[in-house]
Amino acid sequence: MSDKTIKVDYLARVEGEGGLYIKVRNEKVEEVQLKIFEPPRFFEAFLRGRQFTDVPDITARICGICPVAYQMSAVHAMEDGLGVKVEGQLRELRRLLYCGEWIESHTLHVYMLHAPDFLGYQSSIHMAKDFPDIVKNGLQMKKAGNDIVKLIGGREIHPINVKVGGFYKVPTKKELLALGEKLKAARDTAIETVKWVAKFNFFDFEQKYNYVSLHHDQEYPFNEGRIISSDGLNIAINEYDEHFIEQHVEHSNALHSVLTKDRSNYFVGPLARYNLNFDQLSQATKELAFEVGLSRNCNNPFQRIIIRSLEIFYAFDEALRIIQQYEMPEMAAVKIEPKASTGYGCTEAPRGTIYHRYQIDDEGLILDAKIVPPTSQNQRTIERDLQEFVPKYLSMTEEQLTWHCEHAVRNYDPCISCATHFLKLTLDKQ
Amino acid sequence: MSKPKLAVWKFSSCDGCQLSLLDCEDELLTVASRIEIANFPEASREVIDGPYDLSLVEGSITTPHDLERIKEVRKLSKYLITIGACATAGGIQALKNFKSVKDFISIVYATPDYISSLDKSTAISEHVKVDFELHGCPINKEQLLEVISAFLKGRKPNVFAHSVCLECKLAGNICVMVSHGTACLGPVTHAGCGALCPSYTRGCFGCYGAKENTNTNSLSNRLYQLGVKNQDIMKLFRSYNAYTPDFLKESTRHER
Repeated sequence: MSDKTIKVDYLARVEGEGGLYIKVRNEKVEEVQLKIFEPPRFFEAFLRGRQFTDVPDITARICGICPVAYQMSAVHAMEDGLGVKVEGQLRELRRLLYCGEWIESHTLHVYMLHAPDFLGYQSSIHMAKDFPDIVKNGLQMKKAGNDIVKLIGGREIHPINVKVGGFYKVPTKKELLALGEKLKAARDTAIETVKWVAKFNFFDFEQKYNYVSLHHDQEYPFNEGRIISSDGLNIAINEYDEHFIEQHVEHSNALHSVLTKDRSNYFVGPLARYNLNFDQLSQATKELAFEVGLSRNCNNPFQRIIIRSLEIFYAFDEALRIIQQYEMPEMAAVKIEPKASTGYGCTEAPRGTIYHRYQIDDEGLILDAKIVPPTSQNQRTIERDLQEFVPKYLSMTEEQLTWHCEHAVRNYDPCISCATHFLKLTLDKQ
Repeated sequence: MSKPKLAVWKFSSCDGCQLSLLDCEDELLTVASRIEIANFPEASREVIDGPYDLSLVEGSITTPHDLERIKEVRKLSKYLITIGACATAGGIQALKNFKSVKDFISIVYATPDYISSLDKSTAISEHVKVDFELHGCPINKEQLLEVISAFLKGRKPNVFAHSVCLECKLAGNICVMVSHGTACLGPVTHAGCGALCPSYTRGCFGCYGAKENTNTNSLSNRLYQLGVKNQDIMKLFRSYNAYTPDFLKESTRHER
């Protein structure tokens, strides 16, 4: 069968609303469209005129799965513009909060959205019938991540404790130590998870990608650093707009972010971070990676489930390190006065680099806002993966191939709820 | 006896409220053993056809397509419950209701012609009959479990109707408005969060929307005495539940 149309009207097990359309003629893939039909919500527009202090609360609402990522990019952008540096224990607490989000978001993806594809289940609920203990342990690990976010942020979804300059209230040492006890048990599950997913069967699908990630010499990247790529890019965060551009692609979808110089696609997220920042992982994480047969480079997007699991383990280790050294700071936040300025923030969301830019006036009112979520940066690469993937497996039944194409999309853990940039669906019927 | 069928539907939203169900880490597998999760795309590829005993609806109506879709969802559902500020009040995206949508589109998108968006972001109850509204941005997951079990057993959900202010007293917090002069919507906001913001020394900003029979006018007068500017009072009422009737009325009074 040489002619085929693969159509998934509503992609399951992704956050948000998207579809997939692939046209095959004479064993050649003529067209691949990842369709995003999440309705636009206009965040960048209604941020105008709001106080700069409201921005972490408002941008959190872009995504219920990774609100901390939006909050972190927002506060770092504001502080950049206002020339304020948040250091010491407040800086550590922000890393700890991010660890919590990585754990809950990555675990959600590994256990509930992605593992069922490898094991042939419709969902993790179906999977739990055959593997009850594995799913239960996964849920408990997810809960441990949420426990971090709840303690530092106030609640799991849309935390209320993140402030430009620091926090509204900081936890006591005792509270953190109690949290640490819960994390220790879950850390063991993280090791089991890495070993479990490393045994899955993976498609032989090594690709050459241009990875992009934040990079910091002393630490695995969360909130600070320079933006680097496997093609040799190495820029400060405030140079982002000179090197990346959002393109409007007519076939239905969101704005595609590409490199300005040659309009080529790039790749953000766990695989990019791992390949560009392996040296900055903790020793225990590196050893675990080697133990399950990985090297310092991994270029198979299907194996991202292992990398994501390694990042969960790293986040537990990092969280425990922060808790161990924590001393409650005297002030919960650095005092900040507004002034006319433009600030840039870039942090590493679970799904990849997330860029914010804000211009404010002397009163602290937002004049202009720009937000680039990770999924808009990966869209073109997702489509390119499918262009490469489909021709190799045309002999599969249509049902099988459709499922595997969905699987290839879910590799990216696309979060298409980040509706700041998404356009309407134009159905290409034929 | 076959298990009752649950469906979860998404409209314009951030996904956070339906995520609350997956965030019930201790209860999720028990819930799944008592009810059939028949249509929940975020969690499962499997779609079992309706009708459904219970539909949870997240998100607001912002496109012509979604306006049609919600009517279909209503037809398929014995009970329809809206979850979260988007579904119950239009959500943060209802801030576009105060401006020209055309202007908004051109701020965000390079080619405005491709955007299809209704003039307003509206609550589900403006379009179809809703059997119960669970407030919050995001909703409280314990309340969600309570509402699901109440409907499946045919009883009234035990969800408090009092204000955040009362929750704050129950929590033993020091009042941020009385003692620090911090602007706080606690007296007029629906309970549900456990007075989270005052517990973190900040004022409530109304995630759970207006409680029944509020006196927003009196609160505004007090804020005014505390030195909060008219524009800022307006913005305080215009956030995650801006289009809930009581907040809308109050913010409109401070428009100039």
